[in-house]
Amino acid sequence: MKDQTFGEFLTEFFEFLGRRYDDLLEVGLEHMGLVALSVLLSTVVGVLIGVTTYRTERPREIALAVTGAFLTVPSFALFILMIPLTGIGWPPVIAALTMYGLLPIVRNTITGLREVDQATIESAQGMGMSRGERLVRIELPLAWPVIVAGVRITTLILVGIATIGAIVDGPGYGTFIFDGLARVGSPAAINLVLSGMLGVIVIAILFDVILAVLGKLTTSRGIR
Amino acid sequence: MTDPSAANTPATAPGKIMIKLENLGKQYPKEPKPAVDNLTLEIPEGEIVILVGPSGCGKTTTMKMINRIIEPTSGRIILDGEDVTKADPDQLRRKIGYVIQQIGLFPHMTIAENIATVPKLLGWDKKKIDARIDELLQTVSMAPETYRNRYPKQLSGGQRQRVGVARALSGDPAVMLMDEPFGAIDPITRDRLQNEFLRLQAEVRKTIVFVTHDIDEAIKMGDRIAILQEGSRIAQYDTPEQILTAPANDFVADFIGRGASLKRLNLSRVRDIQLSEWPTVQLGDDHAKVVETLRASDKGFALVLDEQRRPRRWVSAPDLQRGAGRALDEIGLPPEAIVEPQATLNDALNELITANYSVAIVVDASGSYQGIVDIDSINEAIRTMRTDARARARVGLDTDSADEAGQVRR
Repeated sequence: MKDQTFGEFLTEFFEFLGRRYDDLLEVGLEHMGLVALSVLLSTVVGVLIGVTTYRTERPREIALAVTGAFLTVPSFALFILMIPLTGIGWPPVIAALTMYGLLPIVRNTITGLREVDQATIESAQGMGMSRGERLVRIELPLAWPVIVAGVRITTLILVGIATIGAIVDGPGYGTFIFDGLARVGSPAAINLVLSGMLGVIVIAILFDVILAVLGKLTTSRGIR
Repeated sequence: MTDPSAANTPATAPGKIMIKLENLGKQYPKEPKPAVDNLTLEIPEGEIVILVGPSGCGKTTTMKMINRIIEPTSGRIILDGEDVTKADPDQLRRKIGYVIQQIGLFPHMTIAENIATVPKLLGWDKKKIDARIDELLQTVSMAPETYRNRYPKQLSGGQRQRVGVARALSGDPAVMLMDEPFGAIDPITRDRLQNEFLRLQAEVRKTIVFVTHDIDEAIKMGDRIAILQEGSRIAQYDTPEQILTAPANDFVADFIGRGASLKRLNLSRVRDIQLSEWPTVQLGDDHAKVVETLRASDKGFALVLDEQRRPRRWVSAPDLQRGAGRALDEIGLPPEAIVEPQATLNDALNELITANYSVAIVVDASGSYQGIVDIDSINEAIRTMRTDARARARVGLDTDSADEAGQVRR
């Protein structure tokens, strides 16, 4: 391997990609499905937490402290701790990723809702909108761009952390990386780790572009 | 005015009372004094009642208790004969138009969607809502096809304010609450919007409670003014004329400030006063005729009118000498300071001060000459107003019952 030139290495790497193309694509789709599902769950739970806590100081601080604490748990440990609760494969990974994804969404939901102009809310109230109508028709649409920004951050974090999920037999490019880890020293190791890493980067960029477009489409032209 | 109920009942024979505040109070926890202290106030149907006072006097709190954005801690609110102190606040608010200083348009909704808010809450069908949107945009002089689908950020401050008013009118409420609605707008636009609003109000005849800290705005906009002291205590509740000419106490006099007489000039219009006579000549008259006219009067100059009696020129005796043989519209000075009968005396005074001959020419809508306003006519008008107001105040003092006091003004 030491005698290999960079050119030879590249040729071999591309041959590897060609050989494992189907595999790479399938694992990639699994990785995307895993992240998409976790982000969706994080968004639903995170927005709900944000909506219920943004008005009062204490609950708001607790929500941010707890979801922040989730992020400090080493992912390796959390995935393994999930096994008794969920078994192995997809479920522990999705549960753990959902927890990791909460903080940016909860934080941005609270920030977005608190930044809505008080005069706008007061005029909605003065027109006879109930608290629920105000939230759904005025506050959430106005906070939406900030919430979407949180979802994008969550997505980027989860695309990366999802690779560790392979430790509990989860899907995604983590399987390539852990395979590579198991064969350190053999020529295939580098190819496996590198292809897994590149796959993660491609997915991260893809998701970010999709969310940017989606965010734009779902935000009113009046506040863009 | 020693009897508080007499002071808080309109001094004009009221029609129907639309809003009645009975011993209304707001005590915030941990505050030593109530923000609103036992306020009783009657607001007649179809009038603009201004709550005015120094900042912190409780005027905004008072207004916001009417639609219960702020809940009163004591007293009752009677709206159109019905006690709404405990009614469902959302249902109540849909029947009350609400305009605040920051306007508070919904930035993510189009102008049409903004205006449709209350009709939607009231459950109108789409056709009726669409028609209402167009009607209201026209009412506030904004072309529906241009503005319907715009967003608030695409409008100027003045246009946003108009949309705010249109939105508050959308559910056709009988009552409107306006909290410094023109406060955040530049003076020129504000003046225009105030005039537009008064014109609109002449059509729709809503009962309006209007909060401002600006006594000039209060005088201009109000059918009645309640001047409030700390704790929303009423210092005087009366028509603008009466407040300016017969302030009830030192607080009111201080609050009106200097120049009450000048402010009063905003309340009378040129059509209400006796115009002065002035020598006039026709455009085709020869100079001899003009000299004769000038000799016959004590004025030093005559107004030249054309066939339609439109003012064309001022000419004086020296002009005639210098311009011997020339047509009357080629000598002298062009007419200036031309006002119409609906102009206020303040406008007329402003014009005549800056005019060369110190008089304002009054013409009707077609431009035809009606008469002259000079400083004497304005003087006379001020004197009359003062005498009338004193007489009214005297009768008000002699009368015990609010009803009788109410008869005085009409």
